[in-house]
Amino acid sequence: VNAIEVILIVVIFALILVLVWPRLRRPRRPVAPPDARRILLPFVGNLDPTVLAAGIRIARAENAVLVPAYLVIVPLRFPEESPLKAEVEVAMPMLEAVEHAVLRAGVPVDARIEKGRSPTHALQRLWAVEHFDRVVAPAPTDGGGFSPKDLTWILANAPGETLILRPRPEAEAERVRLAG
Amino acid sequence: VRGHYRILLGMAAGVGKTYRMLQEGRQADEEGRDVVIGYLEPHERPETATLAEGLEVVPRLRAPHGDLRLEEMDVDAVIRRAPELALVDELAHTNAPGARNEKRYQDIDEILNAGIDVISTVNVQHLESLNDSVAELTGIRVRETFPDRILDEADEVVLVDLTPEALQERLRAGKVYPRERVEAALTNFFRAENLSALRELALREVAEDVEERRQTVVLDALSRQAITERVLVLVTPEPRSQRLLRRAWRSAQRLGAELDALWVRKPGQELSDEEAISLAALRRLAVILGAHFLEEESDDLVLTVREVSRERGTTYVFVGTPDESRRREVLRGSLVSALVRELPGIDIRVVANRADRQELAP
Repeated sequence: VNAIEVILIVVIFALILVLVWPRLRRPRRPVAPPDARRILLPFVGNLDPTVLAAGIRIARAENAVLVPAYLVIVPLRFPEESPLKAEVEVAMPMLEAVEHAVLRAGVPVDARIEKGRSPTHALQRLWAVEHFDRVVAPAPTDGGGFSPKDLTWILANAPGETLILRPRPEAEAERVRLAG
Repeated sequence: VRGHYRILLGMAAGVGKTYRMLQEGRQADEEGRDVVIGYLEPHERPETATLAEGLEVVPRLRAPHGDLRLEEMDVDAVIRRAPELALVDELAHTNAPGARNEKRYQDIDEILNAGIDVISTVNVQHLESLNDSVAELTGIRVRETFPDRILDEADEVVLVDLTPEALQERLRAGKVYPRERVEAALTNFFRAENLSALRELALREVAEDVEERRQTVVLDALSRQAITERVLVLVTPEPRSQRLLRRAWRSAQRLGAELDALWVRKPGQELSDEEAISLAALRRLAVILGAHFLEEESDDLVLTVREVSRERGTTYVFVGTPDESRRREVLRGSLVSALVRELPGIDIRVVANRADRQELAP
């Protein structure tokens, strides 16, 4: 084996490696830097797609981790720490869909299910153990959102900047108008 | 032939276990069976004492204990008398020092071995495995306990049930304790929330016992093992483990399986702030889902998973899509292959990130 043959073999191997390597790489997940800002997107029952899209846009613009949090309300007849099978069965597919939408948008996501006696109690529990730089709270809509009372509480107690989103103000105005 | 053992289980004193035991004894007596009272705690309850009238009582053994003269069941006398059925109250009772057996359930065991049927009574708070739960629920640590196997080995376990309100009513009417003790009892052990919790424990215990017996009758141990599913999900303190744990929970629900979440921590591993938050969030999620969160310290992930799977009776192991690079996989071997190799007979499921599915499209 002379020197030219060795060089040829090395070149062929290098070519194979260059051509095949990208195919072998695993799909990369969006990963947040360690000091990334965290944006909380809490919701109860349902999350309006407009609010989710806004949350994704904000997180992308700030290179932040989006934390969609499904708030489970524990009825008073159950102890606070009891497992909540029925409620979680509703929350699970919803949270999964939200998570996929965020990941597909290329934004790092760290979803949560948190529970409490009320939405604000669940939020309080979450804030007690985790830090958030910003809270994006949906205003009331037909399908979900926080009540005006809860929103007032969030504004007064949120540990970071708070953004209240009205997903479809025109629809809400129409509803109010029709209600007389 | 060992005697037939029937245990009457209640949530607390006063629900009517002793009364029921005597009723059953009387009925057997009327049916022509030879019945004796091996030991009865009359608790100074007139109704109970009246019901016991007419049934033969085996004289008790008197044991001096300091200034006291304690009375215990005379096991030998019961066996010598050789009735068909013996009624023995309070199986969790601790005998006086010097007695042949430390506990009354051991006395009962001897009677059963002599071929005599036994009906006995006990409260759920005396069950050994529930000792901690009862202490947490009621704030009272029960000292007289009996092993769970006693219930398992009994031929029948019957719940003597009463609503907490009805029991409190009986208490107020002076049917359980003398009137001077009623107020103290109602504000301590016999609080409605304590009684509700104890009732739930008793109901659950009997329900589990029924299920266990049903399975024992229908299936042998091997086939039972084959159909009882248990899921183990391997988690790490990072956001994607939330999704992994949720997916494993959904599968466990469909399988009707218990769910264990395992984190194998490397010896001396320090967690970053983000990891600590993720770990705490995983623990909270496990509580919400009713999963068991396990933490083990080891250098060898696969070996630890094997050990935990063996201990917990795992039938499914869930792992996330491994992060290892191709080079690492080629050089050190794949985690999934190692799990398949080391966990024969256990299904391994690699949970993909569904959000990656689009990337497969041509």
